[in-house]
Amino acid sequence: MGATPVIQTGGLSLPRVLSEIRRLWLLVLAMVLVGCYLAAVEANMQGKISPDFFFPALVLGLVFLVLHVVARITAPWADPVLIPTVALLNGLGVAFLRRLDLARAKPSERSELTVFMGLGGRQLMWTLIAVAGASALLWFIRDHREISKYAWTLGLAGIVLVMLPAVLPGSISEVNGAKLWIKFGSVFAIQPGEFAKLALLAFFAYYLVRKREVLALASRRFMGIDFPRGRDLGPVLVVWALSLMVLIFEKDLGTSLLYFGMFVVTLYIATERVSWLIIGLLLFFGGATMAYVLAETAGGPFASFGTRVDVWLDPFADPYKSGYQLSQGLLGLGTGGLFGQGAGAGNPLEVPEVHNDFIFAGMGEEIGLFGLTALLVLYLLVVERGLRAALTVRDSFGKLLAGGLAFTLGLQVFVIIGGVTKLIPLTGQTTPFLSAGGSSLVANWLLVAILLRISDAARTPAGTGGAR
Amino acid sequence: MNSPLRKVGVVILVLFGLLFANLNWVQAYKADEYRNSPYNSRVRLDEYKRQRGAVILANGTQVAVSVATEDELKYLRTYPAKEMYAHLLGYKPVNIGPTGIEASENEFLAGTSDKLFGDRFRDIFTGEQTAGGNILLTISPTAQEKAFTELANNRVGATKGAVVALDPTTGAVKAMVSMPSFDPNALSSHDTNAAQKVYNDLLANADKPLNNRAVSEIEEPGSVMKVVIAAAGLESLGLQPDSAIQGGATYQAPGTTHKIPNSTGVVCADSISLQQALTVSCNTAFAKLAVDLGAQRVTDVATKFGWYQRDLAVGRLDGKGIARGATVAEGTLGELRTSSGGDDKPALALSGIGQRDVRISPMQGAMIAATVANYGKQMRPYLVQQQVGPDLTTIHYRAAPQVLQDSCSRETAGSLQQMMINVVQEGTGKNARIDGYQVGGKTGTAETGDDEETHGWFVGFALKDGQPIAATAVFLENAGKGGSAEAARIAGQVMRGMIADRAGK
Repeated sequence: MGATPVIQTGGLSLPRVLSEIRRLWLLVLAMVLVGCYLAAVEANMQGKISPDFFFPALVLGLVFLVLHVVARITAPWADPVLIPTVALLNGLGVAFLRRLDLARAKPSERSELTVFMGLGGRQLMWTLIAVAGASALLWFIRDHREISKYAWTLGLAGIVLVMLPAVLPGSISEVNGAKLWIKFGSVFAIQPGEFAKLALLAFFAYYLVRKREVLALASRRFMGIDFPRGRDLGPVLVVWALSLMVLIFEKDLGTSLLYFGMFVVTLYIATERVSWLIIGLLLFFGGATMAYVLAETAGGPFASFGTRVDVWLDPFADPYKSGYQLSQGLLGLGTGGLFGQGAGAGNPLEVPEVHNDFIFAGMGEEIGLFGLTALLVLYLLVVERGLRAALTVRDSFGKLLAGGLAFTLGLQVFVIIGGVTKLIPLTGQTTPFLSAGGSSLVANWLLVAILLRISDAARTPAGTGGAR
Repeated sequence: MNSPLRKVGVVILVLFGLLFANLNWVQAYKADEYRNSPYNSRVRLDEYKRQRGAVILANGTQVAVSVATEDELKYLRTYPAKEMYAHLLGYKPVNIGPTGIEASENEFLAGTSDKLFGDRFRDIFTGEQTAGGNILLTISPTAQEKAFTELANNRVGATKGAVVALDPTTGAVKAMVSMPSFDPNALSSHDTNAAQKVYNDLLANADKPLNNRAVSEIEEPGSVMKVVIAAAGLESLGLQPDSAIQGGATYQAPGTTHKIPNSTGVVCADSISLQQALTVSCNTAFAKLAVDLGAQRVTDVATKFGWYQRDLAVGRLDGKGIARGATVAEGTLGELRTSSGGDDKPALALSGIGQRDVRISPMQGAMIAATVANYGKQMRPYLVQQQVGPDLTTIHYRAAPQVLQDSCSRETAGSLQQMMINVVQEGTGKNARIDGYQVGGKTGTAETGDDEETHGWFVGFALKDGQPIAATAVFLENAGKGGSAEAARIAGQVMRGMIADRAGK
């Protein structure tokens, strides 16, 4: 990664070509791993490996190659680890979804399941769209600071996207009890919240860069900690109210926690004031406790939240109804043990929604503690690379945006994986890059594209890239 | 802003550390608990991923076989012979505990037995799921078919009963039927709700079709007991078949006013030979003989013929068997002594003719006949001839017949054979005769005490030139008049079936 970027030198000399090919090896390795996973799945589920087993890996490889080339042209200094790492997660997700398709198909019809069929095929298509989106972002936005020009637009769009499912009728917006969707007919649905996350964060970053002086300096001292003035609390309380409304009207604790955590952490990064973290945590846990108390006493819109907490406390108390999903997930994880049953050798379909919220538990049955730990390390790698870009980039907007995005990704991983492994109450979140769902995949690839863009700016040596 | 960014990095590390620690908790510490949780259906699914082995007969017939399906459960257990083999095979439903051979040989059939470790080890490398092992039964197909159909179509209208047939020289079970039967296919259905409903209905059925009456129920043997009393007389009183003993129209045991009569139509002289007393089934003679023998000798001889036997598994000779509660229901005599320790003579008199508290299972009845046929050597009954590997060639177990006990001397057994052959030739067991074979036996008609009809019994054997060929017991519950004669006829048919299969080999 310390290699000399050769984009400016021009010409297609042999050393140049070799150097470019060397940059591909991580991506190739990732796709070889996905290919191996696909082969193991076929061996375990069909008793033989079909000659075209590697097809999904090949298609994915070509798609990511395009992104790689786009990144090499438009962001030559970008962090070279990000694309291969995310590509591996994305590829394993497609492979696992294909494995679920195979399990759902009758044994005699398994060999007829082609690359673009089923959930796996759908996810493959979405990967194509997501990567196209990421490439477009890299192509058209050559400097991340351009984003701040549209900050107010993005902020407004973000709030509309968040609120839209709540105000739309349940028939259009509700799936499995959570009002997070906009459904177009029966086949196509998007989760606007996934995009709202990015838009709101861009706005937060812009707003906080403008206001950080005020928020950081004007304060009152209380018990040795600087607390902000009452009127500066305004925007924080607005976001808090917004996230509580998400919790209540969209019945979704995860998204609410995510928005609020995202905001508080960017606020903290901007102001360097611990007091914001304390206020944020108090507000969130206060709100959550209040919601739980209301759920236990008043029920109504809070009831589903109360049930989730009860299930978290003891999933086996009602193992066939409310606790079914979580207990089956835990049983799957436990059955997998240290090494797992092997790709394609478990019974992930015992867990409802295994393609979605519970994909981590489903994979855990087959790849075991060791495999899941590797996945965690991949996520950690992406998050820490994002934070590193934030640390090294020179402008405040870039720092806040990259830091906020990286943290949000890490928090989302924590919220969903902590939920399915019974560390915290389960909330409806997608597992970034793994679980089936186009909105999440597209939004998270856009997030990666922004991180790429900022890391390019961060790593460009002074004087080579002009004003970067 | 770099300082808070670094702290955020630390927070992320802590959060991921918590995830990692929690995963260790779930997948390592709690793994065994979750894996074996009653809510975990994966173990069951795994069981159905591998083809369960077949249960086969000597002629190659598969009586329990798993066939591939398109379901989530990949193999369906089927029983092509339906009701005919239901009790000895048992059943292997999805959600209900297995019974019979399916339960006792479960590990070998499922392929999880240590004996099949080699196959499992190979599977790791080939990636295949080699089927489970196969079980070869001792059952004679023709005898089993005869036993099932003749019992079901009995001519006295009995609705409950059992048949057991043994090879006297080895103890191999050649037929085992319990009536009424059931179709195990309905229980092994992958529609678990339907299977559960069938199961509940069978459990609720007053006739108890799930019970294997051949091994798990004990009943009054009636006059079958006279064979054992005769054996005791021969062994310990020095009697011979032609020795004269006291008979008469009634017998009144010392210490009671109750007079034991003979059955209607039985003519029993005041002085009668032991053989004739057995042939006409003279109650008075055997009641008196039992009193003369005393509690000690009756108990000793009965124990030698299989009473109080608690370790008959009827499966493999070195392992588990099909009997519910792991062993064949124990035969009992009841209390034959008074509270002061002396002989309870009225009790002995009634017990001598198989009434009062004397109880045996049909299996024990067959074992008594087999012991007489096998010259006093009682063989341990077994049902599993071989455990055959998935490749159908490797034999992991081969039955080696075991002597259970020496029940009586060869001479006594010879005398008993002669007397029992006379019963079939001249007496109550004529229906059991087979041309070219020396068939011996003893009928029994047991009073059931209540207002119910009597039980009909026949225990018997077939010899060919002194060589034991077959032994059988037929029990017809509440069969009423003619029950024992019908039992003798069925026994004859079952033994013909055994003879036919022997000839075919």
